[in-house]
Amino acid sequence: MDRELHPGNLTMAKSDSTMDAGGAAGTDDPANAAPEAAPDAGKPAAGTAVEPDDTAASAALSTAPVEDPADGGTAVPGSFGGVRRPGALGAAAWAAREGLGWARWFWRQLTSMRVALILLFLLSLATIPGSLVPQSSVDEVKAQAWKDSHKTLTPIYEKLQLFHVYSSVWFSAIYILLFVSLIGCIIPRTWQFVGQLRGRPPAAPRLLTRMPAHATWRTDAAPEQVLAAAEKVLRRRRFRVERSGSAVASEKGYLREAGNLLFHISLIVLLLAFAAGQLWKSEGGKLIVEGDGFANTLTQYDDFKSGSLFRADDLDPFSFSLDSFSGSYERTGPQKGTPRDYAAHITYSDGSDGSTRKATIKVNEPLETAGSKVYLIGHGYAPMVTFRDGKGDIAFKGPMPALPLDSNVTETTVAKIPDMRDKDGNKVQIGFKGNFVPTLDLKTGTMLSQFPALDNPGLVLTAYKGSLGVDSGVPQSVYQLDVSKMKQYTTKDGSPFAQLLKVGDTMTLPDGAGTLHFDGIKQWATFQVSQKPGDAWALVGAVAALVGLAGSLFIQRRRIWIRALPGTDGRTVVELAGLGRSESARLPEELAGIAAALQPDAPPAADAPDSADPAEPSEGARA
Amino acid sequence: MILAAAANENLAHISNYLIYSAMAVYTLAFLAHITEWVFGSRSAVGRTAAALTAEAQETTSTVTVTTRSAEQGGGTAVLERPKVVTRSAPGSRDIPDGPGAAGTSEKGDLYGRIAISLTVLAWALHVGGVLTRAMSVQRAPWGNMYEFSTTFGSVAVAVYLGLLVAKKNVRWLGLPLVTSILLDLGLAVSVLYTASDQLVPALHSYWLWIHVSCAIVSGAALWVGSASSLFYLFRDSYEARLVRGNDGGAWGNIMSRLPSAATLDKFAYRINATIFPLWTFTIIAGAIWAEAAWGRYWGWDPKEVWAFITWVAYACYLHARATAGWKGRKAAYLALLAFACYLFNYYGVNIFLGGKHSYAGV
Ligand code: HEM
Repeated sequence: MDRELHPGNLTMAKSDSTMDAGGAAGTDDPANAAPEAAPDAGKPAAGTAVEPDDTAASAALSTAPVEDPADGGTAVPGSFGGVRRPGALGAAAWAAREGLGWARWFWRQLTSMRVALILLFLLSLATIPGSLVPQSSVDEVKAQAWKDSHKTLTPIYEKLQLFHVYSSVWFSAIYILLFVSLIGCIIPRTWQFVGQLRGRPPAAPRLLTRMPAHATWRTDAAPEQVLAAAEKVLRRRRFRVERSGSAVASEKGYLREAGNLLFHISLIVLLLAFAAGQLWKSEGGKLIVEGDGFANTLTQYDDFKSGSLFRADDLDPFSFSLDSFSGSYERTGPQKGTPRDYAAHITYSDGSDGSTRKATIKVNEPLETAGSKVYLIGHGYAPMVTFRDGKGDIAFKGPMPALPLDSNVTETTVAKIPDMRDKDGNKVQIGFKGNFVPTLDLKTGTMLSQFPALDNPGLVLTAYKGSLGVDSGVPQSVYQLDVSKMKQYTTKDGSPFAQLLKVGDTMTLPDGAGTLHFDGIKQWATFQVSQKPGDAWALVGAVAALVGLAGSLFIQRRRIWIRALPGTDGRTVVELAGLGRSESARLPEELAGIAAALQPDAPPAADAPDSADPAEPSEGARA
Repeated sequence: MILAAAANENLAHISNYLIYSAMAVYTLAFLAHITEWVFGSRSAVGRTAAALTAEAQETTSTVTVTTRSAEQGGGTAVLERPKVVTRSAPGSRDIPDGPGAAGTSEKGDLYGRIAISLTVLAWALHVGGVLTRAMSVQRAPWGNMYEFSTTFGSVAVAVYLGLLVAKKNVRWLGLPLVTSILLDLGLAVSVLYTASDQLVPALHSYWLWIHVSCAIVSGAALWVGSASSLFYLFRDSYEARLVRGNDGGAWGNIMSRLPSAATLDKFAYRINATIFPLWTFTIIAGAIWAEAAWGRYWGWDPKEVWAFITWVAYACYLHARATAGWKGRKAAYLALLAFACYLFNYYGVNIFLGGKHSYAGV
């Protein structure tokens, strides 16, 4: 396929494959779609019957390149270097010519429509594995679970980068090639389009009757008068009009090409915005209990992920505190317990001044402040407890970390008390472990929660004594108690010590080790704070792509010629012809409309044979 | 509160009855269409081959456009316009469209009309079912797969009836359409049924209305397009046989009654090209919604992945149409593949792959 520019007046002499006539005769024309429709290399593509000068008339009706079916055969070059002169200099010159030739050949291949099509197809194929194999970047836990249960496949998959398909070498290679191809396609097409805009509609072909839609009649009006009227009619319909000799040439629908270019450029904007988002993004998670606050610094996050070009001082300065959290749930019906509404009521300050504002964050309604967005991700309950040691001193007071296990918010909870004294004043470490249940129903015989709201909350705890292992320096999860170096408290009869507490109850450990008082319950919520620089551009790109696409698919580019010549009988022969980028029913209709608009100025002669026989519309024309 | 809940339960029951009644009437329409095809097969069709030989040489056809001019005598006078001669593109077969399912049989045509009337009736019941369901849950009727399927079916029939009203040549679609609607509803009421209820918080958003309604309209129209592509493939082989001078083959009798391959291909292209921007918008709307709900507009969730694959596949199809050597059958295969991606995204992802979107309720 050849990408040379073709101005509208190119003639046959050059090379058939540079002609845009194939596109002109209907690139998206199904009538052309039959396999045998592919024009031979030796014939002008617009139709076997089109005369040479007609080809010029239909040239460059779009900026889409013409795929020469013979391309596959001729594109394979022999040697680009030509004759090699003797000596080192000759060899070097030959190698340079050869290299350049190959580079140009490669570039032409890469930027051809055929390769674009193949790359697009490859892209859709390459996207599939990422939906079948769990992706670490999407769901780390799921990916790990998959790896654990597929011991033999995992190393192979890891080699193939199947756990992070969308950042893998092969996926990247495909889309990078596609976008290089895209850029290599857009640039020449843009130049060509600018050329078309500056050029003039190509002159009327010699035989207008050969065009896809055509009409003719005789009139008594003078040719000059007919042409002047034609110019007026076409201008009124916002055609670009060019008068030359006995004919008026006109063209319309350039927005199609503009739309198509805009669409493809927007794809590049979208890709860049996406890349920027990946490189500079930051995303942190934070659990906040009612009454507590958060300031946007790295150290405050529970977990934090960022793009490779992100720096810590890029974090937007703002802070907020969780005043209260409310959740409502379906009370009846088969979906009993399904959450209906979550709302986190917060007070925030955007860091610009000291003032604070109140806001509510819901699942679909993040807080937007100071360039960041704060999303509500999850929620749960935290039992509030006070632990007094053997001496009666408060060793711990506050929320116990708790982790929801199921949709009714049965939670596991843990408390670690590393620094306390027993009744004799000895330093000991104690750990509590158990479950918090917002709706306890002992009749069910389980300790699982029956409903996610706080209908009948209960806290079941057991306690351990020994080494918590917190001094070893290895980071520990706050949700887990390592009991490997601890001993569970037992009752007098030797069974493990455990107790069910309601709010206000107190649990007294054996041996007078201390007491734990269940003060109450607070709710907590987890938030995700994200900062994503590319988002605005992604939106701009998406909207532009949509606008461009609409222009590209709904606007038709077409040419209309009107010729008026004195006939042999002294009357004027008026000829109209239209040529569209695609053969559609609209072009003949438009032509008929223009013909009708022209008739007051060029009334058909009474005995004109042409307009007398209303023929039966054929099947093909009706479609 | 309790009263309202009871009213809603009632509405949900009414909705179910309406859907079952619609299925019954669709079944009658199905039988009527079958009868139409049966009568049609007895009519003397055999026109295509004759037309082929008669018209093969003639490459031009004419349209006479007449308009009424209001100036002369209150719009009664007919202004004769010059005829516009159109020539088909070179290489096309110039085979006219078939006469339709009924062939030349008047009885067949009658049954065809009955079938369409029944389809209209069934569609009214169907839409009633969808609307009462929406009223019973007081939200858009596409919060889970059952609702999505029933709404999808009603929109597909609406697209078909709309094209009929617009006088498009789509009557041949009747039988495949009714068949697939019956399949769709059958699956919905048996496998996918979910009792009417509210939505989980993540689905509370006006983007639900926008994103899902666009996805449904896109899917329904793309279904019509891909049916056309499929029949194009059949009809194209049939025409190729005729051109080679063979008889029409075992299915010749049926094929001869379909529109010509060129018409089917053009029709499929029109639909797919018109819907492609809407599908693009569907994905953009989904991304905006995901941004609000989950904090990222694109996260390679399986549903997103398959929406993207579907989109790229349709882009492939449009490119193929613009590339010599890829038009025709190859492009049609791409169109079918692209629609298969859409279907997989709809059923397959929810059932096999899960991900964030699967709470939409299988
Ligand atoms: C990044 C992926 C791409 C996507 C999603 C894409 C999408 C599209 C779509 C949807 C159309 C249809 C518009 C129409 O028919 O007018 C189109 C047309 C076109 N594309 Fe692409 N494209 C991509 C890459 C490319 C590349 C790499 C090239 C060049 C080698 C290219 C060249 C063209 C041309 C020339 C047309 C116009 C065809 C015509 O006017 O009929 N595209 N593209």
